[in-house]
Amino acid sequence: MAANPMTQFEVYRIGPEIKIGAFDISFTNASLFMVVSSLAILVIFNLGAKKNSMLPNKIQLLAELSYTFVSKMISDTAGSKAKPYFAFIFSLFMFVLFCNMFGMIPYTFTVTSHIIVTFILAAFIFIGVTIIGFIKHGLGYLKLFVPSGVPVVLLPLIVVIEIISYLSRPISLSVRLFANMMAGHTMMKVFGGFVISLGIVGGWLPLTFSVALTGLEILVAFLQAYVFAILTCIYLNDALNLHH
Amino acid sequence: MIKKYFFQLIFFYTFFSKSVFAAESGGMPQLNPEFWISQIFWLTLVFGILYIVLSKLILPKISSNLELRKSQIQENIEAADKQREDSEIKLKEYDNIISKSKLDSKNLFNETREKTLKAINIKKETLEKQIDDEIKKAEIEINQLRKNAPQKINRIAIETSSEILKNVIGAEINNSSISAIVDDLYKKNENKYYGD
Repeated sequence: MAANPMTQFEVYRIGPEIKIGAFDISFTNASLFMVVSSLAILVIFNLGAKKNSMLPNKIQLLAELSYTFVSKMISDTAGSKAKPYFAFIFSLFMFVLFCNMFGMIPYTFTVTSHIIVTFILAAFIFIGVTIIGFIKHGLGYLKLFVPSGVPVVLLPLIVVIEIISYLSRPISLSVRLFANMMAGHTMMKVFGGFVISLGIVGGWLPLTFSVALTGLEILVAFLQAYVFAILTCIYLNDALNLHH
Repeated sequence: MIKKYFFQLIFFYTFFSKSVFAAESGGMPQLNPEFWISQIFWLTLVFGILYIVLSKLILPKISSNLELRKSQIQENIEAADKQREDSEIKLKEYDNIISKSKLDSKNLFNETREKTLKAINIKKETLEKQIDDEIKKAEIEINQLRKNAPQKINRIAIETSSEILKNVIGAEINNSSISAIVDDLYKKNENKYYGD
């Protein structure tokens, strides 16, 4: 069972079965790690926000650096109009980052390695951004699909391509995160399996790989959270500042 | 990137094979819809709570902390600037005072020197006058003495002559005759003895 690299992604029920109507909303290991990640975020940032000293201590520095990091990321990509959405993007970035990072601890469950989770986040962002776009620009938001400076002959084709690219945003956004997380974890599991099967004689090479992959995966965990957040900012930018 | 496409391929492969061999165990647990509703529910709940707590409680605190620090640093910088300006003004004032007092002291020194010199001159003059007076007085006295000297000498000569005559002759001789002789001699030899 442990040899199968996909077992680490299995969701199982923790505690009793909870049903609302026909829907099973039981508490699972996935839910557990969502709660753990969120609690970790809340505890760390609450400690970091608690006391205000002129010289911040380590945890306060961490919280403030994260704050300024996300704030700068938003203002760089989406401008000052995106300020009201700061809290959402901050929560999103932190949630994805912490879920990814908790997944790096052995024997834990990676919430973001499930397509349904990333897809719900991406779909929420997509719908939200579309609504914001229509509220801000009315039907003028549809101009997003008509790039300026395109020959009239090409216009029908371009518009179709633009619409497809727009509609595929939630899919690309969700699959990017999910596939990266799943691939990394599967690869680590596979190399871990090699270490066991090759034993003390030949296991050193995959072990080295495993160590290197752990470093890489930590980088990927951060990078994917960053990419997820920055793409959200870019989509938001499209909705807030219509440039086409 | 290659990794990504590779696993996307796996994903779609499994996705389509899953629909064919739905009953088969294994494959990707991500595509097992058994807990999808549960995951959606818990994700919405947990992320919603996380968002609300972060946006309402924690982020405003961090933001105000940052603002406070920024404004405090700004204030401190401004205060430092002001104090530096103040100190520059003070320094200028100090320099002014120093130069002014230097000038004052110079003036005072000069004045005092002049006064002292004047006083010294006055005293010198008075002293010289006094000395001159004294000298004049002394000269007058000397002249008086010189004028009176012949008479006294004459008298001494008369008395001495009368005494000598008395002792030699043994008779009293009238002083008046002797004095007549002395006066006569005196008149004859005045220039010889008392001439200038």
